[in-house]
Amino acid sequence: MDYEVVIGLEVHAQLSTHSKIFCGCSTTFGAPPNTQTCPVCLGMPGVLPVLNRRVVECAIKTALACHGEVAPRCRFARKNYFYPDMPKNYQISQYDEPLVVGGHIEIPTPEGMKRIRLVRIHLEEDVGKSIHGENLDDPRASYVDFNRSGVPLMEIVSQPDLSSPDEAKLYLQRLRTIVQYLEVCDGNMEEGSFRCDANVSLRPRGAREYGTKVEIKNLNSFRNVQHALEYEVIRQTKALDAGEKLLQETRLWDTTRSVTRSMRSKEFAHDYRYFPEPDLVPLATTREWVEAIRRTLPELPDTRMQRLVAEYSIPAYDAGVLTSSKALADYYEACIKRYPKPKVVSNWMMVELLRALNRDGIEVEQSRIAPENLAELLELVDDGTISSTMAKTVFDAMYETGKAAAEIVQEKELRQISDENALVTAIEQVLANNPKEVSEFRAGREKLLSFFMGQVMKATQGKANPQAVNKLLRQKLAEKET
Amino acid sequence: MALHALTIHELQDLLGTREVSARDLTEAFYRRIAALDDRVHAYVTLTPEQAFEQADRADHRRQMGGSSPLLGIPLAIKDVICTEGIRTTCGSKILHNFVPPYDATVIEHLTAAGVIVLGKTNMDEFAMGSSTEHSASGITHNPWDLSAIPGGSSGGSAAAVAADECAAALGSDTGGSVRQPAACCGIVGLKPTYGRVSRYGLVAFASSLDQIGPMTKDVRDAALIMNVIGGNDPRDSTSAAMPMPDFTRALTGSAKGLRLGIPREYFVGGIDSEVERAVRTAVQVLEGVGATTTEVTLPHSKYGVAAYYILAPSEASSNLARYDGVKYGYRTPQWSNLRDMYMHTRDEGFGAEVKRRIMLGTYALSAGYYEAYYQKAQQVRTLILRDFEEAFRHVDVIVAPTAPTPAFKIGEKTDDPLQMYLSDVFTVPVNLAGLPGISVPCGFNSAGLPIGLQIIGKPFDEETILRVAHAFEQHTDYHRRKPPL
Repeated sequence: MDYEVVIGLEVHAQLSTHSKIFCGCSTTFGAPPNTQTCPVCLGMPGVLPVLNRRVVECAIKTALACHGEVAPRCRFARKNYFYPDMPKNYQISQYDEPLVVGGHIEIPTPEGMKRIRLVRIHLEEDVGKSIHGENLDDPRASYVDFNRSGVPLMEIVSQPDLSSPDEAKLYLQRLRTIVQYLEVCDGNMEEGSFRCDANVSLRPRGAREYGTKVEIKNLNSFRNVQHALEYEVIRQTKALDAGEKLLQETRLWDTTRSVTRSMRSKEFAHDYRYFPEPDLVPLATTREWVEAIRRTLPELPDTRMQRLVAEYSIPAYDAGVLTSSKALADYYEACIKRYPKPKVVSNWMMVELLRALNRDGIEVEQSRIAPENLAELLELVDDGTISSTMAKTVFDAMYETGKAAAEIVQEKELRQISDENALVTAIEQVLANNPKEVSEFRAGREKLLSFFMGQVMKATQGKANPQAVNKLLRQKLAEKET
Repeated sequence: MALHALTIHELQDLLGTREVSARDLTEAFYRRIAALDDRVHAYVTLTPEQAFEQADRADHRRQMGGSSPLLGIPLAIKDVICTEGIRTTCGSKILHNFVPPYDATVIEHLTAAGVIVLGKTNMDEFAMGSSTEHSASGITHNPWDLSAIPGGSSGGSAAAVAADECAAALGSDTGGSVRQPAACCGIVGLKPTYGRVSRYGLVAFASSLDQIGPMTKDVRDAALIMNVIGGNDPRDSTSAAMPMPDFTRALTGSAKGLRLGIPREYFVGGIDSEVERAVRTAVQVLEGVGATTTEVTLPHSKYGVAAYYILAPSEASSNLARYDGVKYGYRTPQWSNLRDMYMHTRDEGFGAEVKRRIMLGTYALSAGYYEAYYQKAQQVRTLILRDFEEAFRHVDVIVAPTAPTPAFKIGEKTDDPLQMYLSDVFTVPVNLAGLPGISVPCGFNSAGLPIGLQIIGKPFDEETILRVAHAFEQHTDYHRRKPPL
């Protein structure tokens, strides 16, 4: 049967504040276990949470960027369940009175821009991390690291407006771009600062009722999101086609086996016993506060894309790619500043730089080529020091080593040979070695020019200036004829 | 009179003239404790080493010209208030070994004021109870009759003050836990307005109801302690940013022109006749010093206990979830997996009353029941508050019994939780409405057990209830009587 795919995403974005949501502890990632804790984030008896104002500002910024409505009054609630890495055995979250209601994000689909509506954005605290004893002294023991406990999270819940795994990925990328532009979240999926759960169901195309919803957890990369959803769509399609009834359940994406597997069904679903958090007073957000925050909003991806097109006359497609991350757009503009040929820079970034970064699965922030270094490389091509072919070799070396272009040109002796005397010697040698081809060329087989070119380049280890060789070869071949 | 029998302000006079030192006082109280506490069992932990250090520091401060109303005064602290480096058990096995690495805000304030902490006092486990019979550390006895309960949950603090085992004490009041034991032990107990005193470091029972309050030998002492422990605390979001008056200035000795409200519903059914007589007599005393009385009605108060026993256990079920054996406190020695560890730890660590309330609260918050119980109880709470607001349009304070009966016998109600819960029928509505209330001694029954008069005030108007209580005290001597120990 023909099914319509219905997907909604719940994204947890860790907010980039210096301190935690309800205490003054640092949020720095990777510190030794339990060194960034205090009685509050350890859930000790008698201590109380105090809301971090910056955390609220981050969520309001996001709300404004996504056209959501900031509630004038909202409340925190306790979500009760037992888990060893959750120190109070309840999580302070928001339930029926979230900070932000509604909003939307536009995503670029093959059919044009599509609007994905948001249900809400709310704030909550992160939990700690269980470490099982395999790699520590006692394989039967488990340990808990509470450094992450109380780190601020913003949960962004979409409407089930996504109709394919591709759209889900595009939505996630767009959302991440937005939070990165706002500098409210670093968007690092590997370190878990941008995490995603997906709700997916199928229904016969045209049906009004939603099908049975399955929640998928552990989607910690764009690739995982797409693969897990693709898998789940196929699984559900097969089950429905076979006349099976789907279970409303939570499934886990198993990255090693590339399957989703059942975690718990609805019968075993938690009853979280939400109730208003009595240790915090309702949060009031005044219009003045929201407007003051609005004035601090940076240039957002859509605006920046339009500006790049207008300012640098590059194609909209290029501008779209370059603004897909704030860091990439910053890189581009830093490069342009030193080397003001926008289209050349955009070509190099989109072809060479992004190819290498995607191959290695890293972000532009981790690139070892600084924007100034890329600009320098392009200058070396322009002034004839190296050919564009050589530039690609130099680029690869720069990417591997992080050294400057000039340094690599020096080291590898890649300086282009443009000196005519040196080239003439090489050309004469090549012509002398290939008399048969020379006579064929002179008999009219002009195609052989590229053969001679190749031989000369080979003789000069690729360093000959191609334009110069071309010119000199033609001269030499014509010379002998007369 | 012996040093241990004096009030804070009387001791302060002696300290001020250097007739005694803080060290002398500390020694006197520890001697008193050594002589009596085997029988009373007010304390669960004594901290002499630290107390003498504090005493010497206080004496030094005084020698350097320092003075403050609490400088060098030995106090007892209910074991639900966190004290850095001193075991804080909440009367529970589950926290039998818990030593907080932090002080509650009130302790910080008291320490800065130069107070000496003699030790931590017994209480019903996690402040759940009205008799101090539900403690992992055993039962506390009423100094007026050792076979009677001292009230609860701050029974240890009340007994320590009544038996002169400290100059004064701190208690906590969620549904009457300062006022009811104060009434049972013939002392003064003040529950401040919700938000007046920081809850930071007060181990939570029901967060929306809990308040720390002074338990003292007279009203002036309560005002002196309030001056130190009250005020806004950035570490407690529910503490109010209200101006802090000097509460002693309210103690004018007169109740002239004040309008007292007598709630009709508080004098019907279930109230002990001797209690009723004592309270009515007390009202006449107040009329005699210039107050006028009006009958008021608090029609929803009768639902107070029912609403309270939904809301307080609901919050408690969540607040007490952290005691799981993972991080601190008791952990069962026998377990084979995580679930097992949770179950045995909590089964062995909590007492029966605490478990009963955790189950009540868990039930009330469950999906499908939340609206019928928790939400309904919140609506009742709003109605109770409106009753008080309406009454306070006509009167300045409301006067009522603190408890329906004097102290009952140990063991009398342990098998009947509902009867036990009714001990708080007159105090619970005050917590639900977040109002300040004070209990002052207003007589004795024929068996010689103390009776308490409760004076309830408008939000953040502790001054008026202190003034009325003080005026009453000026014309009676109940607060000066001592138990026959």
